[in-house]
Amino acid sequence: MSKPHGGKLINRLVKKESSDVAELPKLEINTDLSEDVLNISKGVFSPLEGFLYDNDLESVVKEKRLADDTPWTIPILLDFDKQDIKDLKEGDAVLLTNKENGVLAQLDIDEIYTYDKKTLAQAIYHTKDTDHPGVANVYNMKQLLIGGKITLLDCKIRQFDNYNLSPRETRFLFKEKGWREIVAFQTRNPPHIGHEYVQKTALTFVDGVLINPIIGRKKVGDFKDEVILSSYETLMKHYYLKERAVMSILRTSMKYAGPREAIHHAIMRKNFGCTHFIVGRDHAGVGNYYGPYDAHDIFSEFPDLGIIPVFFRSFSRCTKCDSVVNDKICPHDQKYHINFSGKKIRELLTNGEIPSEDMMRKEVAETILRFDKPFVE
Amino acid sequence: MTEEKEGKKYTTISIPTPLAEKIKKRIEGTGFNSLSSYVTYVLREVISGIEEESEEAFSKEDEEKVKDRLRALGYLD
Ligand SMILES: [Zn+2]
Repeated sequence: MSKPHGGKLINRLVKKESSDVAELPKLEINTDLSEDVLNISKGVFSPLEGFLYDNDLESVVKEKRLADDTPWTIPILLDFDKQDIKDLKEGDAVLLTNKENGVLAQLDIDEIYTYDKKTLAQAIYHTKDTDHPGVANVYNMKQLLIGGKITLLDCKIRQFDNYNLSPRETRFLFKEKGWREIVAFQTRNPPHIGHEYVQKTALTFVDGVLINPIIGRKKVGDFKDEVILSSYETLMKHYYLKERAVMSILRTSMKYAGPREAIHHAIMRKNFGCTHFIVGRDHAGVGNYYGPYDAHDIFSEFPDLGIIPVFFRSFSRCTKCDSVVNDKICPHDQKYHINFSGKKIRELLTNGEIPSEDMMRKEVAETILRFDKPFVE
Repeated sequence: MTEEKEGKKYTTISIPTPLAEKIKKRIEGTGFNSLSSYVTYVLREVISGIEEESEEAFSKEDEEKVKDRLRALGYLD
C-alpha cells in the first residue's frame, strides 16, 4: 500500500458541542469549497490541513510543489470578498457553513492575502483564455484568500454515502483484503468494453483495482451519478472477481487542468492507499488546451510522487486480432480498428438502443436503459 | 550558503569533482539541463522512499463500524 502523501494521513474530524463554537462568526461557502473542506478533513488532500498559505500557493504555482518540497499541483484556495470578512483579522477563528452539505467547520484564519489571477490561471491551466472552464472559475474568484487550518465539526448524510469511503477506510479495506498493490481507475462515465480492458490489463499485474468515480457537479448531457454507480455495480457483479475489485466514490469538482490535474488525481488516490494510477489520453483535459500525452509527460518531473502511473495511449477493438488491443500490442492498420466512441454509445442509449456487445456489455447497457432519464438535463 | 533563485531558496553542496564530471557526462542528451537539476531529482527519489509515515488506527468501536460498512458493500465477509 502507498504511504500517505507527505507522510501523514490527515484526520481533522472533531465532534464538538455546538455550544463550544456558538459565538464564532459564520461564513457561508459554496458547495465546491465545502467539498474541499471535507476532503481536507478526511485526508483525501493529505498533507494539507487547511487552505493554502501564501508561500505554499507561490510554490505550487512556480514549482508544482508545496513550500516544503512535497509535490502539489492544484492549489486548494479559500476566496472571499473584502466586504464579507471586514470584521475579521489574522488570528481569528470562524465557522464555515454550507447548507447543501450541512458542512460546519472551524477555520483558523492564519493569513489573509491577495493574489494575481492571471499568473494563477496561466500556471495552472497554461492559458488565460476565459473559454477554459477552469480559467473562468479563477476569474470569478473573489479578491482575497484565507490561509488556515480546518477542523470539521459536522456534515450531513448524503446520497451514495455508502460508497463514500475515506482514505482511512479504503486503507483499512485493502489491509483486510491483503492487497499490497492496488491500481486506481478514475471515471466519470459508465463502463464500455475499453474501460474494462484497461482496468483488467492493469489489474493482471497487481492485487486489486479501486474503481473510483468522481461524483459531483455535472454538465448537461453527462451521465447521472446514480447511472454511473449502477452500471459499475452491474459490471462488477457479472464480470469481476469479488476478491479483486472494489468501488468507492470521490466527491470533488473537475478543474480540467490536464497535466497538473493528473498529478493531483494521482495524489488523492495515493492517499486512498493505491500504489498505481491509470492515466489515459488527455487526462482531465478540455477542448484543445493540452497535448494528448501532456498528462503522461508531467509525471517525469516527480520522482518522489510515491504512486506509479500506468499509462494507456489508445485502445480499440481490432477486427484482425479479434480482440481489444492497445497501440503497443497490435501491429494492424487503422482500417481494422473500431474505436470506443463514448459519443456513439451515448447516441444509441439516448434512442433507447442497446450498443453492440463489442462496445458495451449487454447487462451494463440494460442497467443504463432501466433509468428513465440517464442524462443530466 | 543559501541564495534566492526565481523566488526559491537554493543551497550549495559539495560533491567530489570526479563524481560531478561523471554525472555531467551521464546527463548529456537527457532532459536534465544541469548537474543541480539531476542531483535534485535523484535526492527527491531517494528521500521519498525513506520518509516516515503516520496514520491513526481506528478504535475497536470504530473498526467494527467500518467493517459493517464494508460488509454491507459486499467487500468483506
Ligand atoms: Zn490487431
